[in-house]
Amino acid sequence: MALNSLGRYVPETFNGIKRTPYNSEALLTPQGNEYSRPVKIVRPGERKLLSGLREAIIASGLKDGMTIATHHHLRNGDFLLNQVVKEIDALGIRNITIASSSVHPVHAEIIPYIKKGVITSLECGVNGPVGEAASKGEIDCPIIVRSHGGRARSMMTGEVVVDVAFVAAPCCDEYGNMNGYFGPSACGSLGYSHVDARYAKTVVAVTDNLVPYPVCPVVIPQTCIDYVVQVESLGDPKKIVSTTTRVTKDPIGLMIAKYAAEVIRASGLLKNGFSFQTGAGGTSLAVADNVRRMMLEEKIKGSFGSGGITGYFVDMLEEGLFQTLLDVQCFDLRAVESISKNMCHQEISADTYANPFNCGAVVNMLDAVILGATEVDVDFNVNVNTESNGYLLHNTGGHTDTAAGAKLAIIVAPSIRGRLPIILDQVTTVTTPGENIDVIVTERGIAVNSKHEDLKKELIKAKIPVKDIHDLRKEITQITGVPRPVEFTDDVIALVEYRDGSIIDSVRRVKE
Amino acid sequence: MKIARRAQAGTMQSSDIMVFAEPGDELIIEIDSTVAKQYEHLIRAKITEVIERMNVTSGIFRIKDRGALDYAIAARVEAVISRAQEQEA
Repeated sequence: MALNSLGRYVPETFNGIKRTPYNSEALLTPQGNEYSRPVKIVRPGERKLLSGLREAIIASGLKDGMTIATHHHLRNGDFLLNQVVKEIDALGIRNITIASSSVHPVHAEIIPYIKKGVITSLECGVNGPVGEAASKGEIDCPIIVRSHGGRARSMMTGEVVVDVAFVAAPCCDEYGNMNGYFGPSACGSLGYSHVDARYAKTVVAVTDNLVPYPVCPVVIPQTCIDYVVQVESLGDPKKIVSTTTRVTKDPIGLMIAKYAAEVIRASGLLKNGFSFQTGAGGTSLAVADNVRRMMLEEKIKGSFGSGGITGYFVDMLEEGLFQTLLDVQCFDLRAVESISKNMCHQEISADTYANPFNCGAVVNMLDAVILGATEVDVDFNVNVNTESNGYLLHNTGGHTDTAAGAKLAIIVAPSIRGRLPIILDQVTTVTTPGENIDVIVTERGIAVNSKHEDLKKELIKAKIPVKDIHDLRKEITQITGVPRPVEFTDDVIALVEYRDGSIIDSVRRVKE
Repeated sequence: MKIARRAQAGTMQSSDIMVFAEPGDELIIEIDSTVAKQYEHLIRAKITEVIERMNVTSGIFRIKDRGALDYAIAARVEAVISRAQEQEA
C-alpha cells in the first residue's frame, strides 16, 4: 500500500497492473503517442449488415480475456449490455472485461455471469447492484472507477484497449452511419460512444431503427463501424430519458439553490459570456432557475451551457441566455428534441467534453459548475461513489472533470440526509479532491475553500452566511449525533482513478 | 407502568420514525433503521430514555426508523406510549 497526497492508502498493484498514487503537486502528464488500432478496408460491394448479435460477436473475433464496451446514454432503460453478455456466455467465451461508459441497476442481470467467470473485471464505474454485490463480497471482480474525461483518456492512451465496442445506435443505416436523435430508442447525444468508435479495435453498431442509407445528420460515421446489427429493441424508452426533469419544491433545496446562485453572482463571473453547467437533480435545476432570473434581470448573455443537458438549459438557449449548448448526454425529452433540430445545440464527445489529455476540453472553459455530494469533508474532498453505509453505488460522471476545469466549483447538498451529516472529518471515499472544490453550500451555511479569501470577503459583503467548515461540521453533528464509522475489511474491491490516471482512493469490502 | 394496548405513532417518510407498541411481559425494543450501522446505539439510547422517563416497565416496541433526529424519536415514542395508555371509549 502507498500513501497518496490526500493521505489515502492505495494499492501499488491492482488487478495485475502497477498503479500510481495521486499526487496533487505532481499530476501525471501524457507520454508518447495516442493508441492506434489496425488499419481496415471494406471493399466496394461488401456488406456490414449481420443477422444478429451472436453473428457480430463471432465476426468480431471476440475471445477469452478480451474487453468489450457499451455506452450508457440509454441509462437504466438499456437492453444491450445484458443481451451482449448473454450471447458471449452462450458462445462459451470467458474472462471478459467490461469497459462501458457506465453500468446501471438494470445491469444487475450480469451478476450471475460475473459469478460464472464470463465477466471477470470492470474497467468502469458502477451504479447500483453490481457495486453493492462487490461491496458485500458476493462477487470477485476488480473495478476501476473513472470520470467521463478519465475514460476518454484511458482509451486514448491505450491504458484500456477495447477489443469490441457495441454501440447502441437509435438511428442507423446499413453502412453504420448513426445518430441518437430519432427512433423508438432516441436518446439524443451519443457523446460517450464517440471515443469507442474512434479507439475500439472493432466497432459494432446495434440498432432497432435501420433507415435507408445515408443517415442524416451523421454523428458517428460509417468509416468507424465494422458491422451493423438489427435487434428488436435497444431499450425501454420510458427509462431511457426522463419525460421531464423538474425544479425541486423542497424548501431546503430551494434555500440552498438561492444561496448557490448568490455565490455565483458574488463571484463576479455572472456577466456576458458566462458559461455554466449543472446536473439534472431538483436542487441543481433550482440553481439554474435562480441564475436564469438573474441573467434575465441584468440582461446578461451567456456563452454556453454544457454537460448532461436538461429541458431547463434548452429553455435558456431558446431565450437567448446561452449562445450554444455543448451536449455529451441528454437527460430529458426536451433535450433530445432540441439536439435533433437546433444547430446551436451541439453534440460533443466525452473527449471534447472532459479529457484532461488533449488540446483542451470544454470543462476548461467553464465558469461555474453546480455539483452534488454524498459526503464532503473538512478538507473539501467530495465523495459521490460510496454511500455512507460503505457500498459502492455511484459512478463519478463528470464530477472530477468539471470541478478541475471550472473557475468556480460549487457543491450543493442538504446539511443532513436521513440523519447522516453531510460534512465529516474524512469522507468515506474521495471522488474529487478538495483542491478542486471552491464552495460548499448547505442550508445551514456556506463554506469557502481557504484558497479563496477574496471570494469569502465578497460573500460576507453580500450578506451570505459564510461559516468556517469546521464550525459547520460541528453544528451539524450536534444535531445528528456522531455516526459510528462503517467497518471495512482489507480487501480492495475498486480503485477510484483521478482524471489523470493516478489513484485517488480505494474502496474496500464492507465488514457485515 | 405497562403498555396496556396496541398503538402506533409516526410515518414512514424519510427522516421520520414509525413506532409500534404492544403489551408484553418484558421490555423489548426492536430497531430496524436505514442508518442502523451508524446510529443504532443513539436511537436505542433515546428510546430507552423516553421509556424510562415515562415509567414504562414492560411492553414490546418495534421501530422502523428512516433517519429521524433525536427530537422526532422522542416525540414519536412519547406519543405511542400515551396512545397505548388511553382507555377504550
